[in-house]
Amino acid sequence: MRKTMIESLWRGPLTEPAPPADDAALAELAAKVNRAAQARLGRSLSIRHVDAGSCNGCELELHALSNAFYDLERFGLRFVASPRHADVLTVTGPVTVNMREALLRTYEATPDPKWVVAIGGCAVDGGIFAGSNAVAGGVKDVLPVDLTIRGCPPSPRQLLAGLLALLKV
Amino acid sequence: MMPTQTNVKVDGWLEAVDRLAGGHLTLLSLWADPPDVKMALLDEASGAVSIVSYHCRNGQYPSVGVKHPPAIRLERAIRDLHKLEAIGASDTRPWLKHTAAPYEFLAAEGEALHQIAVGPVHAGIIEPGHFRFTANGEFLVRLEARLGYVHRGIEASMAGAPLDGAAKFAARASGDSTVAYGIAFALAAEMALGIAAPPRAIYLRALMAELERLANHFGDIGAICNDASFSLMHAQCGILRELTLRAADDYFGHRLMMDIAVPGGVVRDIAADGAAHLGTLLAEVRRVFPQLVELYDNTASLQDRTVTTGIVKPDYARQFGAGGFVGRASGRAVDARRLPGYAPYGDLKFEVPVLTAGDVNARVWIRIREVEQSLALVEQILAALPGGALRVDLPSRGGEGLGIVEAFRGDVFVWLRLADDGSVARCHLRDASWFQWPLLETAVEGNIVADFPLCNKSFNCSYAGHDL
Repeated sequence: MRKTMIESLWRGPLTEPAPPADDAALAELAAKVNRAAQARLGRSLSIRHVDAGSCNGCELELHALSNAFYDLERFGLRFVASPRHADVLTVTGPVTVNMREALLRTYEATPDPKWVVAIGGCAVDGGIFAGSNAVAGGVKDVLPVDLTIRGCPPSPRQLLAGLLALLKV
Repeated sequence: MMPTQTNVKVDGWLEAVDRLAGGHLTLLSLWADPPDVKMALLDEASGAVSIVSYHCRNGQYPSVGVKHPPAIRLERAIRDLHKLEAIGASDTRPWLKHTAAPYEFLAAEGEALHQIAVGPVHAGIIEPGHFRFTANGEFLVRLEARLGYVHRGIEASMAGAPLDGAAKFAARASGDSTVAYGIAFALAAEMALGIAAPPRAIYLRALMAELERLANHFGDIGAICNDASFSLMHAQCGILRELTLRAADDYFGHRLMMDIAVPGGVVRDIAADGAAHLGTLLAEVRRVFPQLVELYDNTASLQDRTVTTGIVKPDYARQFGAGGFVGRASGRAVDARRLPGYAPYGDLKFEVPVLTAGDVNARVWIRIREVEQSLALVEQILAALPGGALRVDLPSRGGEGLGIVEAFRGDVFVWLRLADDGSVARCHLRDASWFQWPLLETAVEGNIVADFPLCNKSFNCSYAGHDL
């Protein structure tokens, strides 16, 4: 263990500079976010993630945000275990009929002010699953959505650029 | 290799059920192509795959699950999705279709038992599912999973779609196994059409499949240690995983290599400098990974959590035909790359590691050994990469085919029937998780509640691949 740790110290950090906040995301947010609420929260946001029907590809890339290269927490963004601790809900997947109720309850359990970020092509509008009998639609068909991050799945850099916009409005 | 197909009456169906229950055959899958129900059977001695098909009378067929428990959830899914009844079934609760009626969990009786309900929304960034624990103090008496929350109607969505459209659904059955699903669907389509992908495509598919296996095994090894609060391994394995995904992005244009393996071949070639640069990735992994293995092996506090925790009995692994590290950590020496086997693995040298302890530690070690094998496979594939075309044209005609591919967590089974115009009439996908989820329930019995995350992560079953 000592060898691995010393080597890590010598090597220096792998963590990369932040990508610029996504312009489109900034524009989308500017129209929606209550500035007073933003000022109250400052530069720290707690994120609760809900997989509402994803293939788990988006989850893999959300996980990657915590690795040494992206290090999400340096920006004051962190994933929390309960919606009751959260400012932001990230939602992936088309919302399945079977997850609709759980998603709504998670939203209701999240204290105001709160934002919903729809992540991935399926979350935006159902993606290739739009129209399936087992799917209720995109996230916006179930909850008010403040920000969308597209991609199948979006890369960690795209995710980071989108989430950083939340801090820059 | 075309499987034998037999249309059977009641007698033939029941004979197949008896052979499953007697342990002579392994159930690969059970599905409906209404009005028929079909079973795919594997003879592990010869590697032969056979399909038996039963024409339902009045929407009914004799239950397989009543004698062979691995079929129970598949029968419940058939009932939900196709309204065909398994006569004699012991469990007729819905499975993939959730209704307003309260779900009746299986009972556990005894003094001082309490229930813990978890999910579908979990604490971490994981997929949704519900776990109902019954515990006596800290000790688990029973676990029952309730799944189906990520049921998106994939099989129904594929019906009527053209092949390339249907391939996109297959590639999104379980995102972590998108390459394996892409290959399995492609093999099924190619068998149905009587064509073969060009040699270069077959090797590029295998290259992507091994990169996918490496990335997932790195992620899993780190995440299992993280669930034992050993975050150093998680951080270090996370670096290896990220390097692998970046290599995939650089040389195949997508970090997960989604939608590249398709019926007829592959849609793109590896980048011109890809073969050379993959060598750099292999060298870095070969430099770092042995240190991490040593760290895992020499950390007593970590071993204390993983050794003898969450044991899967070899009998269950055999009965359920458990694939991947779940089966191979419990003595089941089956890997779809060898049995029944598919190209190009017959031309490549690799070992299939097998252990018998069946605990979390054994499932970690299978992954470690498989990382080593996959590194060697990537080298062999790069050295032998043939030239030539990437894809053949697809004829428009009907047919049936199947594909069995070893994803990182076990065998993916795809069965496909094409209509005369070449579109998908019926496609069935079966993830390895179907036969692993029930074993998780057996593995946690008698363990403490706090070890469940560790057991669960050592299985890393797919919710999406199961729920479809």
